[in-house]
Amino acid sequence: MNVNQVAESLLALSQQEELVDLPKNCPLSENEDDGDSDGERKHQKLLEAISSLDGKNRRKLAERSEASLKVSEFNVSSEGSGEKLVLADLLELVKTSSSLATVKKQLNRVKSRKVVELPLNKEKIEQIHREVAFGKTSGVLSKWDPIVLKNQQAEQLAFPLGKEQPAIAPIEHALSGWKARTPLEQEIFNLLHKNKRPVTDPLLTPMEKASLRAMSLEEAKMHRAELQRARALQSYYEAKARREKKIKSKKYHKVVKKGKARKASKELEQLQKVNPTVALEELEKFENARMMERMSLKHQNSGKWAKSKAIMAKYDLEARQAMQEQLAKNKELTQKFQVASEIEEEKGCTEEVEELLVPHVVNEVQMNVDGLNPWMLRNCTSDTREAATQEDPEQLPEPATHEVSESEGEERPVAEEEILLRDFEERRSLRKRSELNQDAEPAGIQETKDSSCQDVLSELRALSQKLKENHQSRKQKASSEGTVPRVQREEPAPEEAAPLLLQRPERVQTLEELEELGKEDCFQNKEIPRPVLEGQQSERTPNNRPDAPKEKKEKEQLIDLQNLLTTQSPSVRSLAVPTTIEELEDEEERDQRQMIKEAFAGDDVIRNFLKEKREAVEASKPKDVDLTLPGWGEWGGVGLKPSTKKRRRFLKAPEGPPRKDKNLPNVFISEKRNIHVAAHQVQVLPYPFTHHRQFERTIQTPVGSTWNTQRAFQKLTTPKVVTKPGHIIKPIKAEDVGYQSSSRSDLSCHTVESKMNHHTSQ
Amino acid sequence: METAPKPGRDVPPKKDKLQTKRKKPRRYWEEETVPTRDGASPGPPCNKKNRELRPQRRKNAHILKKSRISKKPQVPKKPREWKNPESQRSLSGAQDPFPGPAPVPVEVVQKFCRIDKSRKLPRSKAKTRSRLEVAEAEEEETSIKAARSELLLAEEPGFLEGEDGEDTAKICQADIVEAVDITSAAKHFDLNLRQFGPYRLNYSRTGRHLAFGGRRGHVAALDWVTKKLMCEINVMEAVRDIRFLHSEALLAVAQNRWLHIYDNQGIELHCIRRCDRVTRLEFLPFHFLLATASETGFLTYLDVSVGKIVAALNARAGRLDVMSQNPYNAVIHLGHSNGTVSLWSPAMKEPLAKILCHRGGVRAVAVDSTGTYMATSGLDHQLKIFDLRGTYQPLSTRTLPHGAGHLAFSQRGLLVAGMGDVVNIWAGQGKASPPSLEQPYLTHRLSGPVHGLQFCPFEDVLGVGHSGGITSMLVPGAGEPNFDGLESNPYRSRKQRQEWEVKALLEKVPAELICLDPRALAKVDVISLEQGKKERIERLGYDPEAKAPFQPKPKQKGRSSTASLVKRKRKVMDEEHRDKVRQSLQQQQQQQQHKEVKAKSTGARPSALDRFVR
Repeated sequence: MNVNQVAESLLALSQQEELVDLPKNCPLSENEDDGDSDGERKHQKLLEAISSLDGKNRRKLAERSEASLKVSEFNVSSEGSGEKLVLADLLELVKTSSSLATVKKQLNRVKSRKVVELPLNKEKIEQIHREVAFGKTSGVLSKWDPIVLKNQQAEQLAFPLGKEQPAIAPIEHALSGWKARTPLEQEIFNLLHKNKRPVTDPLLTPMEKASLRAMSLEEAKMHRAELQRARALQSYYEAKARREKKIKSKKYHKVVKKGKARKASKELEQLQKVNPTVALEELEKFENARMMERMSLKHQNSGKWAKSKAIMAKYDLEARQAMQEQLAKNKELTQKFQVASEIEEEKGCTEEVEELLVPHVVNEVQMNVDGLNPWMLRNCTSDTREAATQEDPEQLPEPATHEVSESEGEERPVAEEEILLRDFEERRSLRKRSELNQDAEPAGIQETKDSSCQDVLSELRALSQKLKENHQSRKQKASSEGTVPRVQREEPAPEEAAPLLLQRPERVQTLEELEELGKEDCFQNKEIPRPVLEGQQSERTPNNRPDAPKEKKEKEQLIDLQNLLTTQSPSVRSLAVPTTIEELEDEEERDQRQMIKEAFAGDDVIRNFLKEKREAVEASKPKDVDLTLPGWGEWGGVGLKPSTKKRRRFLKAPEGPPRKDKNLPNVFISEKRNIHVAAHQVQVLPYPFTHHRQFERTIQTPVGSTWNTQRAFQKLTTPKVVTKPGHIIKPIKAEDVGYQSSSRSDLSCHTVESKMNHHTSQ
Repeated sequence: METAPKPGRDVPPKKDKLQTKRKKPRRYWEEETVPTRDGASPGPPCNKKNRELRPQRRKNAHILKKSRISKKPQVPKKPREWKNPESQRSLSGAQDPFPGPAPVPVEVVQKFCRIDKSRKLPRSKAKTRSRLEVAEAEEEETSIKAARSELLLAEEPGFLEGEDGEDTAKICQADIVEAVDITSAAKHFDLNLRQFGPYRLNYSRTGRHLAFGGRRGHVAALDWVTKKLMCEINVMEAVRDIRFLHSEALLAVAQNRWLHIYDNQGIELHCIRRCDRVTRLEFLPFHFLLATASETGFLTYLDVSVGKIVAALNARAGRLDVMSQNPYNAVIHLGHSNGTVSLWSPAMKEPLAKILCHRGGVRAVAVDSTGTYMATSGLDHQLKIFDLRGTYQPLSTRTLPHGAGHLAFSQRGLLVAGMGDVVNIWAGQGKASPPSLEQPYLTHRLSGPVHGLQFCPFEDVLGVGHSGGITSMLVPGAGEPNFDGLESNPYRSRKQRQEWEVKALLEKVPAELICLDPRALAKVDVISLEQGKKERIERLGYDPEAKAPFQPKPKQKGRSSTASLVKRKRKVMDEEHRDKVRQSLQQQQQQQQHKEVKAKSTGARPSALDRFVR
């Protein structure tokens, strides 16, 4: 057994160093008992020697040669390893023995208990408290914001706030304490009471009320019977519906649906005849359904089911059919709803009948619905009208409904063509007209307007045909199926269109010429009065037109002062001529003298005035500021002056606004600022205004009673705050403004009040 | 007879008593019980009535609406009761045939509107906008109220119409006096005062009193309607001019040497020696200023409420003997011998404006009551009417045979000119239109050359002072028919006058506020505003109102690199720049269009045949 143990220990030693202690313990105790420790030690040494042969640095194991302090009772020492004892190591050991559960628990408890953190410092705590309190209070206060705002914007505030409701006693109360005194009153009351007239609420007497409430027996019976019948009918109908719903035959449902659809269309037709507006609404419904269908992917074979069917479709005829059905349904639903056209086509009626059937408005609106494009819209309406006009005079069954019968995809390009066509047509007609106007004499064969119109129309038709073909050929090109004749046909079309296009600039030219003509006329007309006034005829050739406005400008500026004062004014014809004594003596002589004097004086006066004005203007002009720096860019020093070029560049006077009397030669208006008035004017803009003109607008209306009626004056000068004398003004309460009171709001009301007062005092 | 018996207890026994004591008398209501009951019965009959009435009301409303539209779609206030017609129904069941407030003609409202809405404002914040809206609403409301109160101006101006083709100028005073009622006829009179030479005269502001002073010292004041003489004195000195001060109790007389002030008893109150050799007097009633023009060339403003000389301005144009005031803005117009008219205010040392009117010297100046037109006559025998609204250009010119020595405007815009011993009156189309000088409205020959002219306020009377005395002639349509009883009441008592005096003194306008535009106070002093702004910027070191430059927001995922930030900034800058360019382009285009439109509108339309011109 010993040997076994030793062998074991040896193995353990060779494998693990940590676990050495334990096996060492056992043999030692045994050795003591046995007494042959000598051999054992030798063996140990041998083992050590063997193990040291590895070359590995083996740890020196504690050896108990004598009593020492280091040795614990468990024979564990920490000396050799030089490491600290870790709790985990202990636990490792403890785990095995269940007897140490309490210790383990304690240890766990110790481990789980957290360290209590240090308390925050006082400032921090207070700050946090403040933050929280602020948040709460501002939340409470924010509910007062609208009231504060309202009070700020209010034209007038009346205090005390709590309005005492005038105690409105109901009239019954007032009457109960009151009795008729005078005979008249008594009589009246007697009469009233006799008839049981309601004294207070003059509506209905009790009798009348009762009579109203009552109803005859027959009537009631009839009413009841009617109700019964209606109820029975309803139940029958419900039962029928339930029954029909349960039928599983698909064919049946299909038939029913078709029948319904037919019925609906028939009804629609009827409606169109009877009530077009309702019909329009119905149509709109259809249109909506169509739109929804177009939007959704419901029947487009893109769903899960459809995909699975698509896989199967190659082999399964039914699946293919199902898919086809789906597509057909989609097509059917997305097809534009055509009013009665299908049926009519089947019957083979002419489209004129159709035109009659469908009111004009219906078609138009329907088209409006399909395209929100305004161009399309205009096109459609005018198109239909055009068609009508075409048909009327020429009795030609033009296929006017092509846009109806054609499918969706083709509509767009057609519409574009129509626009183009119309454009062409308009231009053409314009050109025609201008041509007509211009060369009246070459046009010896005066075409009547009607014929020209027809001509235009025929041309238009030809053009449209061409364009259509063009379009078709383009399409074919796209599908790469272009045949030779097609291509050949295509070629002439643009060539023929080209002259039309080429003709355009010509027309523009002519128009321009016309405009110019008009302008010239304007000019001439404008010029005429002026020369007459000034007595100088100036012929204007069209060559110098560009500089014409300039000249005019100059003229406008120069109102001739001389003319202004010396123009001959018509003399007044007066009935009573003043009698003067000297008049008889030497009238002629005096007249001449006067005339000469006046003439000379006039010249003098004008010259003096102009001189004076010039001087004043010069004086009021801002002085030039010399900004030249001598020595910059050139030599400077004594006796050297900055060059004239430089002086011209840097000698600047700030440009003022143009003078008010700039264009008034006979007037001199002082530009000096009246500082006395300025002292009374507003110099600082009040708060919400950013521009002086805004503020000026608010102070335009005078407030005084001189300019306003009494009422208006009172309204304009109402005091901002009105208080009732002798009343205590209490702070605003939540109840006053319709809030529910709370302890917090009471807290807030003082602050709010102060805030409000603050604002009102502003 | 009974002291408020407590209702309920006392009455029944009394009633019993009455019944027992006497036989019940037949009361008036006993016969009428049946009809009253029928009439008062509520319910169906009433409803029926209503139903019958309703279409009628609607019809009325419809008509009303139509009439409004015909005037203009702008309706100042929607009638209130269209919203809930039920509540407006009266107890009797009768309905207002003209519901809602009466419509106000838009033109009349426009007259009272003072905010020029055609001027565009710069973009404003919401708060500012609300203020502006409030101001505009206030203005509209007040102007509507004012327009409504126009109804109270019941009097209509007089007029004179000749029979078909008849010239009104041929109608002489005697004919007019014959045609009018006796009170009006009494307003035409002549005072033959040949002794004391040519007279100057002046009516008081209420038009009730007349003061006149003769060249040879005769001064008198009278209530000219009742012909009651207030005072008559001889100042023993040449009288150049005479004028009432703010009320009829005080008279200013420009005598040979100094200016004297008398009361209505003829007692001399003041002798103002600082105003010497005064030739003309003008009184500015709202400023309490007496403006005097003197031979020495000084224009002196005397504040009569405090007795101080406000300003003495040297006109530097020699002798001043032509003066008139602009009643609209209290600017004094002086006529000079060099043909100019200068405009003066006490706040400025130099004229506000100078207008060259005549080749010769200016003989007379007058300004109409709206301050729009100025009439001048000069030595060149011309009579001109100038537009005073900024352009100062003559609107019409006429040569008179001997030139007009005196001019005056009436309250309703009639112009009178005194030429020698003849007085010519011209009339315009209405109140605010210039008098057309084509044909005189009235002419009158006096017994001597005219020396003073004035229309009497609130009366169709023209007072003419001449060498033969005073003539008061009737000029139909001259005076304003409606007077403001609080402002200038011709029928006021002494007490009322005293109260008015106190109020007027309280509302005295400072003299320095006189300027060409009387609405200058409703404007902001832009220059000092700008300067204040500049100073503030200098003080602060930055512009607090400047728009903050765009600062791009930081973005994540590496898109906030410096380059991208710069790019974004650049983008915003470019956008702003583009906006500016766009705006300037638009403005240019608009200007061009404006010019084109103007050119087109001024030129005559091309004739239809012009299109054939090659």
